[in-house]
Amino acid sequence: MKFLIGVVLLAAVVIFADPTFSAEQPAKALRVGLTATVPDDQYRLIEEWRRYMERKLKRRVEFIRRDSYIETMDLLRLKKLDFAWICDYPFVYFRSQVRLLAVPLYHGRPYYRSYLIVSAANPATSIAQLRNMVFAYADPYSNTGYLTPRYQLHQIGEDPARFFRQTFFTWSHRKVVEAVATGMADGGAVSSQVWDTLAIVKPELTAATRIVSESPEYGFPPFVAQPSVPEKDFRDFQKVLLGMAADSEGRALLRRLNLDGFIAGSPHLYDKVARMMNVVGEK
Amino acid sequence: MNPLFDLSFRYKVPLWGSVLIVAATLAVSASLTKQAYDDLKSDLLHSSVNLSRTLAKTLFPVMMHEEVWRAFEIIRAPLHDEPKGSLVEPEIIFALDNRQRVFVSSQPKSLSLSADIRQLGEEYARLADRIGERPEPDAAIIEFSGSRRIYIAAPVAEEGARLGTLVIVYAKDVFLPRFKNVAERGAMIGLLVLAVLVPINWYWGQRTATTLAQLASSIGKVAQGVPPELPLETYAYRDELGQLFEAYGLMVKALQEKVLLEQEMIRSERLAAIGRLSAGIAHEINNPLGGMLVALDNFKRRAGNDERALKTVAMIERGLTQVRDTVSAMMVEAKVKSRDFVPQDVEDVQMLLSGEARKRGVVVRVDSDIVEPVALPATLVRQILMNLLLNAVQASDPSGIVRCTMRHADNKLTIETENAGRAMPPEVMSHLFEPFVNSSDAGHGLGLWVTYQIVLKLGGHITAESRDELTHFSLLLPAGEGL
Repeated sequence: MKFLIGVVLLAAVVIFADPTFSAEQPAKALRVGLTATVPDDQYRLIEEWRRYMERKLKRRVEFIRRDSYIETMDLLRLKKLDFAWICDYPFVYFRSQVRLLAVPLYHGRPYYRSYLIVSAANPATSIAQLRNMVFAYADPYSNTGYLTPRYQLHQIGEDPARFFRQTFFTWSHRKVVEAVATGMADGGAVSSQVWDTLAIVKPELTAATRIVSESPEYGFPPFVAQPSVPEKDFRDFQKVLLGMAADSEGRALLRRLNLDGFIAGSPHLYDKVARMMNVVGEK
Repeated sequence: MNPLFDLSFRYKVPLWGSVLIVAATLAVSASLTKQAYDDLKSDLLHSSVNLSRTLAKTLFPVMMHEEVWRAFEIIRAPLHDEPKGSLVEPEIIFALDNRQRVFVSSQPKSLSLSADIRQLGEEYARLADRIGERPEPDAAIIEFSGSRRIYIAAPVAEEGARLGTLVIVYAKDVFLPRFKNVAERGAMIGLLVLAVLVPINWYWGQRTATTLAQLASSIGKVAQGVPPELPLETYAYRDELGQLFEAYGLMVKALQEKVLLEQEMIRSERLAAIGRLSAGIAHEINNPLGGMLVALDNFKRRAGNDERALKTVAMIERGLTQVRDTVSAMMVEAKVKSRDFVPQDVEDVQMLLSGEARKRGVVVRVDSDIVEPVALPATLVRQILMNLLLNAVQASDPSGIVRCTMRHADNKLTIETENAGRAMPPEVMSHLFEPFVNSSDAGHGLGLWVTYQIVLKLGGHITAESRDELTHFSLLLPAGEGL
């Protein structure tokens, strides 16, 4: 499958690499939206990634960072962005308004999970034991940091709006871990990729928390394109992402992002999120 | 009485000085330290009030949107995970809503979200009541008596809309480490000052007190009747202590002179008494003696050729003559009619002495400035001169030199004699002019006594000094008073 996609892409690249085609396009900067999927203290990594892309694309690339998913989605819909790395939940939520560009590979597969975490001293073994406690969400448009715990509560017959004494958003997965570690929140929901990465780069932070349960696998937060982006730009950008694993510089960047590569992916990866969304009644 | 006050000045002066220096140093250090503490506290409170205003202003929109996590990030910004040495840091920062519930706190484990602050301890309850009762329009410092904390409460309000209160809590001991630095530095400087001042004070006190103590002990001895002496150490400065030393020196000198004068008076009175007694006895003996000698003379003429009788009479006559010589030596007849003393008399005396001097190998050198007759009885002056020089020759070391100086000026005749030889011991000196004191094989010991009596009768005075193997007589006679 992957191979097939690769061949198709290669063909597309060959076709659209026509100089006459590119001559029609003025060298306008590509605008890429970033969200909390990338840890916000990795500015240097992001800058290096941006330069990498510029070298590959031979045109300017701008990264536009927004903390909340909804802001990035708004920018996409307003055509202020050409591409964006968003969460799987907004991808499903705004499915008709975006086009799937690429899906990152985590541990070799395009999947991640949601971790339910509590502070290390908390004896809870399931979300049901967090009643009347303080719970930290990442973002109202996050799957693993918002939709999943609400879906889990729904499954055990609880009303997510009343179950906790208080909830708040930290607008970042990493900060959910911090909120639980400092005791601001008794529990929180966080992306497995973020928690696992933190466990490597900042083990003292994750050591103050404990994973109570892991959710089933979901499709990894995808790169999407604004639908009106020219096909050539789409293909060029997709080619850069998919090709990262093939060169050493790209691999080094991927390693620092704690990812293994990108695939073109399929919208069906996110069907599970759509079901949960319908169950919880968020749409 | 406290024995401490009876201590010698040697200890008391440096001790009191040290106590005063230590007390002064402590007082200055304590006041500076207190000042530093107050400054530190006021600085802290001032900056905390500013911090609370800034935080409250920043918190307003966040609280309005109920962004708990943003609020947490804001109030945690001024705090550090690890306290950095002497950095003064709040213990805890929290924000309350208008119902005094915790909106956010920097220590969520102890002050958890939406907990009622009144339930979290008595002091928090008092704080909540205080904030609830009297909402301050601006940041306020709240302190409860007996509490170990200081609260700075700032309203989270904007244009009259109040969302809650921001509270910064400081432990009162939070600036102790920094204060300790200041205090330690102060203590070091204090010790340095003490290390310099105390030894100086000790030295100065000792110096003053030691001389004072010596003076005291000298005066004490004087009071006990010990002959006064000048203190061993002198004091070079012209302060009160120096003046005291000088006055004491003058007093000692006066006392010494007084003692000498007293001794002199006693001696001369004794000599006068002896003189009167001996003159009386001599007179009493002399009168019948004259008769006896006249009678013996008559008897000899009448006795014819009785050998035995003549022999006996001659023996008696010799004995009586000896008595008469002795008695007449003791009888100083000042009013004897005599011619004036002339320069030739000096040469006569030298001539008379030359036999005795040669016998002992002594050279007599007389230095006289007398060129004309002196209105003094020549017999007596010759006798004095003879006595003194003979005495000197006999007391002189063999082959020594006896010097005699005679001066006549202002109607006064001075005679000084000097000879080298064994110094006279003090007990001899004090009875020098008494009869039969220094009798030797060469004389009957009346020479100096007779000299003294003559000098006395002529209205002069004589002194003797014997020191360092040198014996010196000095006499002065008033001349020309028509004796």
